[in-house]
Amino acid sequence: MEHKIRMKLSYFPGCSLATSAKENNWSLIEICRKIGLKLIELEDWNCCGSSSAHSLNSRLALNLASRILSLAPPERPLLVACPSCNMRLRHAQHYLKENASARDEYQRLCGRPFDPYLKIMHFFELFDQIKLSDFCGKENHALNGLRFVPYYGCMLTRPPSMRREKNYYGLMENVLSSVGASPVQWSCASRCCGTFLSAAKPDFVAELVNNIVRSAHNAAAECIVTACAMCHLNLEIRCNMKDRIPVFHFSELLSLVLGSGFPKGWSSRHIVDPMPILKARELFL
Amino acid sequence: MLRPVLPGSSKNPITVSDITPDFAAEVKRRSGTSPCLCWHCRCCTNGCPFYQAMDIGPNDVIRLVQLGLKDRALRCSAIWVCVGCHTCSSECPMAIDISAIMDTLRQMALEEGIEVVEPDILRFHEEVLKSLKRYGRAHKLEIMLRYKVRKRDWLSDIDVGLKMLAKRKLDLMPSKIKKIGELKKIFVKEDI
Repeated sequence: MEHKIRMKLSYFPGCSLATSAKENNWSLIEICRKIGLKLIELEDWNCCGSSSAHSLNSRLALNLASRILSLAPPERPLLVACPSCNMRLRHAQHYLKENASARDEYQRLCGRPFDPYLKIMHFFELFDQIKLSDFCGKENHALNGLRFVPYYGCMLTRPPSMRREKNYYGLMENVLSSVGASPVQWSCASRCCGTFLSAAKPDFVAELVNNIVRSAHNAAAECIVTACAMCHLNLEIRCNMKDRIPVFHFSELLSLVLGSGFPKGWSSRHIVDPMPILKARELFL
Repeated sequence: MLRPVLPGSSKNPITVSDITPDFAAEVKRRSGTSPCLCWHCRCCTNGCPFYQAMDIGPNDVIRLVQLGLKDRALRCSAIWVCVGCHTCSSECPMAIDISAIMDTLRQMALEEGIEVVEPDILRFHEEVLKSLKRYGRAHKLEIMLRYKVRKRDWLSDIDVGLKMLAKRKLDLMPSKIKKIGELKKIFVKEDI
């Protein structure tokens, strides 16, 4: 470990990381600890409303996001683990900045004025600002040429009102190739995984997911890497083909690079066992 | 897939009495984006990952809005199938927030009590919101069980459910926030 950052961040894990993607949450917290970031979970956080709130009632979606924003102390940035929550919170913040009557409503609801300067960032944006190889000593080929396809799903798209914000296309490729993995070009990097239609239209989403996994397989990738817990879940549970490849959370590979290891029973949380390729690449002893 | 013939052709002419003149203006006001900017380049429809599951494409929905064909627009399946992934609005050369238009139309359809052509999708959303009102957080297992009860369909997808349980992807107990009263207030205000 060459150096550490030493900084405190507010942390919003969101419902997926707190339940179905605990391995994502665990590895994310572990990486932050390793690079010197102390995560302080928002006290008594609620769900951001997911797709369902804004689908049925835009005010409800805004108010759910507002309550979360009001829990974040102004002095430190808010780190959001899930790209979908990140979008809901950023979208709410953007709307509140532009809309004075919504700010009044926010103050009535949350009992304190809206803070337009709160910095909200998704977990993977951290690695746009720091150099991962600085944290893993001399060993910067830690991933031994692991061939992966980066899967962003819909996490890089945004409504036109937010189009002037920075776009992070290529971030996972840059970060993982800086520590020895080989990104593979493919056609489905930004193909949405189907999100909640997985429940209401399972057959349709199975076809969608099969196309994505088939495309990764045809590109000769050994694994798919995603920074979204929802994408991870859909790619794992809805793929019903024979030729399947493991799907990693971006944070899991980072935690491997930083030498955190994994807790017992970690690999059994994956539907496609990642151990064979990790062992083949001598990444897991 | 055979798609419906949209109004405005010789096979399906538009009747003046079907037109709601201020519909496009209302959609613009509520969604904060301008449907009348659309020139129908079809980038949205051609890029939409969900077009195969929709009756008409996103630009067709916008066309109905432009024409003031409110009833037809609020009855399509596209507004329910859209997940708001923003693939379309990232491609749109006119920077129209198409997801916001879909949200607006869906909400208008509910307010007007129009029969929902994708009842499963509505049921799922309703179960998610009930879970949030009850616990403040989404309890996936209960959402799926209640959704299945309402759909009266226990057997389909049971393999996936069991796999998720075996892989510990579904928590048995909900995680409940402490100040649940604050959440209930937010829901009650919206009559949910």
